[in-house]
Formats: sequence, C-alpha cells, structure tokens
Amino acid sequence: MTNAHSAHDLLLRANKITKQFGGLTAVNEVSVDLRKGEIHAVIGPNGAGKSTLANLLTGDLPPTSGHVTLNGQDITGWTPEKISRHGMGRSYQKTNIFRSFSVWDNVRLSAQSRSQPMPFNPLAWLQQASHMTDVNERAERALELAGLQNRRQAMAGAASHGEQRQLEIAMTLATEPQVLLLDEPLAGMGLAEAESMVQLLLRLKPLHAMMLVEHDMDAVFALADQLTVMVNGQVIASGLPADVRADQSVQAAYLGEDH
Amino acid sequence: MSDAHAPLETLPRSLKILLGTAFLALAAFPFVGTDYYLQMVTRMMILAIFAMSLDLLQGVTGLVSLGHAAYFGVAGYALAFLTPPGEPVSLWWTLPAAVGASALLALIIGFLVVRTHGIYFIMVTMAFAQMVFYAFFDNKVLGGSDGIYINFKPEAILFDLENKKVFYFFTLALMVLVYAFLRRLLWSPFGRALAGIRVNEHRMRALGYGTFNHKLAAFTLAGALAGLAGFLWGAQSGYVNPELMGFHMSAHVIMMVILGGMGNFAGAIVGAFSFEYLLHVFKDLPQVAGFHLGKHWQLWMGLFIVALVVLAPRGILGLFASLLKDKSEKQGPQT
Amino acid sequence: MDFVNFLIQLLNSVQYGLLLFMLAAGLTLIFGIMGVVNLAHGSFYMLGAYLAWSLAALTQSFTLAIILGTLLSVLFGLLLEWLLFRHFYKRDHLDQVLLTFGLIYVFEEMRSILWGDDVHGVTIPDVLSASIPLTETLSYPVYRLFMSGVCLLLALGLYLLISKTRLGMKIRAGAFNHEMTEALGVNIKLIHALVFAMGVGLATIAGMVAAPVSSVYPNMGSQVLIMCFVVVVIGGIGSVKGALIAALLVGLVDTFGKVLLPQVAGMLVYVLMAIVLLYKPEGLFKN
Repeated sequence: MTNAHSAHDLLLRANKITKQFGGLTAVNEVSVDLRKGEIHAVIGPNGAGKSTLANLLTGDLPPTSGHVTLNGQDITGWTPEKISRHGMGRSYQKTNIFRSFSVWDNVRLSAQSRSQPMPFNPLAWLQQASHMTDVNERAERALELAGLQNRRQAMAGAASHGEQRQLEIAMTLATEPQVLLLDEPLAGMGLAEAESMVQLLLRLKPLHAMMLVEHDMDAVFALADQLTVMVNGQVIASGLPADVRADQSVQAAYLGEDH
Repeated sequence: MSDAHAPLETLPRSLKILLGTAFLALAAFPFVGTDYYLQMVTRMMILAIFAMSLDLLQGVTGLVSLGHAAYFGVAGYALAFLTPPGEPVSLWWTLPAAVGASALLALIIGFLVVRTHGIYFIMVTMAFAQMVFYAFFDNKVLGGSDGIYINFKPEAILFDLENKKVFYFFTLALMVLVYAFLRRLLWSPFGRALAGIRVNEHRMRALGYGTFNHKLAAFTLAGALAGLAGFLWGAQSGYVNPELMGFHMSAHVIMMVILGGMGNFAGAIVGAFSFEYLLHVFKDLPQVAGFHLGKHWQLWMGLFIVALVVLAPRGILGLFASLLKDKSEKQGPQT
Repeated sequence: MDFVNFLIQLLNSVQYGLLLFMLAAGLTLIFGIMGVVNLAHGSFYMLGAYLAWSLAALTQSFTLAIILGTLLSVLFGLLLEWLLFRHFYKRDHLDQVLLTFGLIYVFEEMRSILWGDDVHGVTIPDVLSASIPLTETLSYPVYRLFMSGVCLLLALGLYLLISKTRLGMKIRAGAFNHEMTEALGVNIKLIHALVFAMGVGLATIAGMVAAPVSSVYPNMGSQVLIMCFVVVVIGGIGSVKGALIAALLVGLVDTFGKVLLPQVAGMLVYVLMAIVLLYKPEGLFKN
C-alpha cells in the first residue's frame, strides 16, 4: 500500500516481498515505499517480521518472492555489500560495531569503504590509510552529526550504551547513503539520550529516505511521516500516522495494548 | 576471534627498542657464531618469514588456516624442479617463479576455501593441504616420499650464496624487508579492512566492503610470502620432501605465531625463534634413569602447547604487554 | 569391469564408508553440539586399534577385547572431557585447534612409550575368518561384512537414540541453545559428557573393528582424520544424516577411484569436496 500523493523522490520500493523459512512465512507480501525527506516508521509486536523485512531490504536475506528497487535499480538478490555501495545504509538493533577499535577508527573504517582500492592492487598495500583525506573528512562529518567528536579516542567496546547507539548511526552515516534503514536506534536509551537521537533523526530527514523500525511510540508519532504496522509478517495498516492510529484493526492488534 | 587474541597492533616503545637491539645482535652474530649456529639461526629466520606470512592471515585477518605449509613446500619443490642436477640455477628468476607458484596455488585453493567460515575453513584448508601432500608423496614423478635433492644453491652472481655468511645476510635482509612490508601493509587501507574483517566481517559487508576479495587477496599474499620462505628453506637445506607441506609443518607455524603473539608480525618472529629453540632444547634432553627424554620430544612439545593454550593464549608478546600494563597501572594515573 | 568385481568394489566402498561414518558421526556431533573442533579425534581411532591388539593378545578373545576396549576408551574420553575439553567449549576455535594438536603429540608419544613404534597385526577371530565364494576364483571375506554390519548397527542405534528417545531430544535441544536447555532443567554438563563419550566410543570401536584389516601402526590416526574432516565438510557440520551420506559418497569415490583411475585416485575425494564447496559451502545437509 503506497501513499499516492507525495512530492518527494521515491528512492526505495519493496514490492510484495515474501520470505519463507521452510513452512514458516516470516514476511508475507509486504510492500514499502521510502521517499527522500520522509521518515517511514515500521512498527509491530515482537516477531512481526520487522527485522526480517530490514534484512530483506539490505540483502542479508534473499527474498523468496517479490522485488526491491533502489534508486531505480532492481536490487533483488544482490549481496549486502553491493546494495550498500548502491546507496543503502543500515544501523542495527543489536549494536554491531567494531568493539576493539576506537570510536574514531570505527567511523573512519566505515568511511573508508567508499574509497577502498581494489584488494589485489599492490600499490594500495603501501598507502597509509590515515592519510586518506577524503575518508577523514567523511568520517569527521559523520562523527559530528552523531555528536561524538569528544569521544573519538574511547574504545568502542568501553563506551556507554547511548554512545554505542550513536556510534552505530555514525558508522552508517559515514558511508553517505541515500537510504537509511534504522533498526531501533532508541533502544535502551535514557530520556536525554533519546531526545538527542530524535533531534539527530530530524536533522537527517531532509537528505535521506528513512525507514525506522521502532518500539518507542512517542518517538514514532513525533517522527513518522508514514507509518506501516506489521503483525505476523503482514502489513495490516499503512499510511499517515493519524489515520493508522485511528484504524480499528491496528488499535485492536497492537496499539491498544501499548497505550 | 575473541579478545584473548586481540593483537598488539601498535608496539609499545620499550618493545620496539628491544626488537631493534635483537636486530643488531642478529646482524653481528655471524662474526661471533660457529657454522652450526649460523645455520640454525638462518633456519630460524626462514621460519620467521613463514610465520609472518601466516600472521597476516591469522593474526590480522582472523583466518585460521591449518594448511599453510602447502605453499611453503610447493616453492621449495619449485626450486628443486628448476635446479638441474649438475649445475646451479639463477636466483633472479627462480625466486619469483617459486613464489609465483605458491601464490598461484594459494589463489586457486583460496578461491575454494575463502567462502567457508569458522570450523569449515579450518577443516578445508587442512584437507586441501593434505591433498597437496599426498600428490607429492604418492607420485614418484614428483619425488615421492623420498623427496628431492637440490645440489646447488641458486646463483646470485652479485654475491655467493654457497657462502654461509652471505646466505645468512641474504636471509636477514629478506626477513627485515618482509617485516617492513607487512607493517606498512597493516596500516594501509587494505590492512585496515582485513582487521575490520577479523573483528566484524558482517558489518564490513554491510558497509560495502567486498570481503571475499579481501580475504582471497590476503590468502594469496600469505601464500606467496610462505613461498618465499619455502624457497629459502630449499636453498639452504638442499633437500625437499613432502613433510614440508604436511600437517605437522602447518601446525608448527600456527604455534609459532601463537607463541610469539599474533597480529603485529614482531610476535611471529619472536615465536619462530622461540619455537625452534624450544624444539632444540626438547630434542637435546638427556637420558634420565634409562628413559631417553630427548627421543620423546613430541611429548614435551605437546604438553608445552597444552600449557600455553591454557595459561598464555596471547603468547610471549602478550605476556610482555600485560606486564607493561600492570606496571603502568601500579604507577598510578599520570597527567 | 564385470559384475562380480563391481560387487566386490561396491561392498568395499560401503565398508570403508561406514567406517568413516563412525568417526565422522562422533566428530560432527561434538562440533554441532559443543562447538569444539577436536584434531585428536583420529587418536581415539588409533587408541582403539592398539587396545584391540593388546587386549586380544591378553584375553585371547576378540569379543572381550572389544568390550573391554570400548569401556576403557569411553572412561578415558570422559576423563579428558572433564579435565580439559569442557573448559574449551566457549573458547576460540584457534585455542581448540592448538589444544587438540598438543594432545595429538601427547597421545602419539604415549602410544610410542606404551606400545612401541612397530606395525602389528590383529588376527581375525576364527568364526569370522571365512570367505563367501562369489565365483570360482573370487570370494569376499566375511569379516568385512561383519565390519559393515557392526557399523550399520551402531548407525541405526545412533539414529534411534537421537531421533526417537528423550535423551536424543535433549541432545538436539542442547545443540541449539545451551542456556535455554539448562533453564528447562536439563543437565547440560551431563549431556555434553555423554555426547563426548559417544564420539570417543564410536571412534574407538571403529579402530578396533578395523584393526584386523588395516593393521595397527603409528600414523593411522592422522590418515583417517583427514578423510573424516572431508566427510564432515561434505555432509555439513552437525548433521549425522549428512555424515552418513557423505561417508558413503567418499567411500564410493575413493574405492572406485583407486580401481578405475589409480594415478589421480588420491586427489578424487578432494575434487569431490571442492565441487561441493563451490555450490554448498556449508555442506550438503547444513543443520
């Protein structure tokens, strides 16, 4: 179900994607549109298939059927690295950083991916990674956006949970994607940290097409331009947040319990 | 890989000074050492190159290969096949040829094995190395179980490799060159990517890195450098046999890297020297009450390995680093 | 080749395959359930063979030797698990590789000290020493059929245990989630010890039963280990069914390979593994 009247560019379209594991259908003919300048939130109870949907869009899982289009290109069945290079950025629900590297090295390595020479190129073996100015600039920008400039020396594994969630986003931003897929960026955050994160997401909105998987309902209704509700692998409602909120089936299946 | 093996990528200053001193000692050694010890230290340096090549794969990229000796042995055999029985052959083309042979084999096997992970990777690297072993062991054409003799050291023209001191310095130079090259590579974008793959390959892919190609490149390069060591081994000992490609050789080099401390190449050098020295110590053990301790050196080696893995998983350099850390902590916070 | 020769080679393939299965099943179970790679697995095979030789000579009874031998090695396996292995389930594969490689050295030397380095033969008990005539000139040894029979019986027993009993269910549950299984009241330590003991037992029985045919010699453990690894890789880690099918496949390729293409026979099995890897890097029956 797509919202027909939107003036923003369509960057990612998932068209009736399905994922079956043996007898279990984890995601059932789900369609999602992501437009530049919009935050599209995907909500639903645990086990609804939200993370599986994210994995299908990033190439971590190949869909059983259906298509995914990114920037006009059919990316169905592409490897995660190829999809990333095509403009996809993803942050993870379970913090997926390089724990034994410093905060700066995490972001720098992420930025480096866009300037990475061919691995079999012997000349590249003699370059100095820390001297790559374009990489350093990209990393610096991402670090500042995420508000981690003062924590660059800290070892990522030793940083606080909130900082690690910020790092999670910074790494994604360092690759300068057009589409952002954020899996529970507010998970486990205190009030102040969550507020900073919400502000960050709003700052990112104009430049990206964003999909937000979240449980924090306050944040969802503060941020989302579009809302999709998933239950048991299926979309039960999709559209403007106000409309979805008022939808009877959604109230019954999901929102009723949380509010 | 667990943090127990988190490598000492940046060597502490005291360690650098120590290593510098060791290098000077090595450079001075031929002027004070006997021929026997000269040969022994040359062999240790050759094994150090072999160990550094594995460190690139294991310590930096996190790929545990149980079949690295295949690329070591193949280069030695390449020299054997290229050297006619009656005269020496030129160093300047046989060295690249032998290294190239190892690199090619590593590229082919790497293409097949790099797609596997974890335990599978360990098993398939071992399996393919055994395949290479049996290919040489079972075929008289390739020398069979008896191996092949290399009657002349390669000819360098500019210097005489038949002279033990010259061969020593040649090996020392190559060892230092390989070390410098690998240290440089460690901090290159390629090296950083390999480290990233070791720590979190999944995220590397999500960030857009072609991890398969990176791992394959590392595997091939490691194979090539192992080939360099194998060529030197063949040249020095004048004899190659399938054991050079065997499981024991692969396991020994893993142990050298672990013993010294992984991921910084200095540990590989320390480990190679220590392991060889230890082997000598065990083999030279005397008879005690009718029981010949030295004959059963494998028992002592085995127990030592078990002890190492239980007590000091980060190896010699790891212990050294821990001591340094403790010392700085005891000194209290410094501004 | 004519039919009788084909039949003989087929029987040989199955016998070799089933023997490999005994080893591979133990290895794949220990990998799949405890996550530990054991390079010394071949040493248990060797232990079995040497025990068969000693105990058969001591007791003059092959049957008694097998029973005693199995008991002794299972006890030894349990001791090892309790002393060493169980502390390594959560450690790096690298640490496990090192530990078990060290153990190979220790076991080889213990064997050298206890039994020496000579090659020995074990005589086939009289009752099994006959041959079934197939043609005027060719016959098939009963003992080899006995070997296949024993392996088949144990394979069946393993299948029934794992899929039809409560213990089997607990074992399978333990493979997926240790903490959860423990939380449900299952004594996971006991399960691990049992699985380890089973693996050791299967390997030793294989060695004992194979001894009369393969002889008893120092390197027998490492030779069979590598084939075992190939079987597990082809079959898929943790899959006993995969191990069986892969073992039979390897048995067929190796046996017929040696007869039809003797020059490259040694490489054929690895070519098979390479082909499987290209299409299914995690084995034919990934768990």
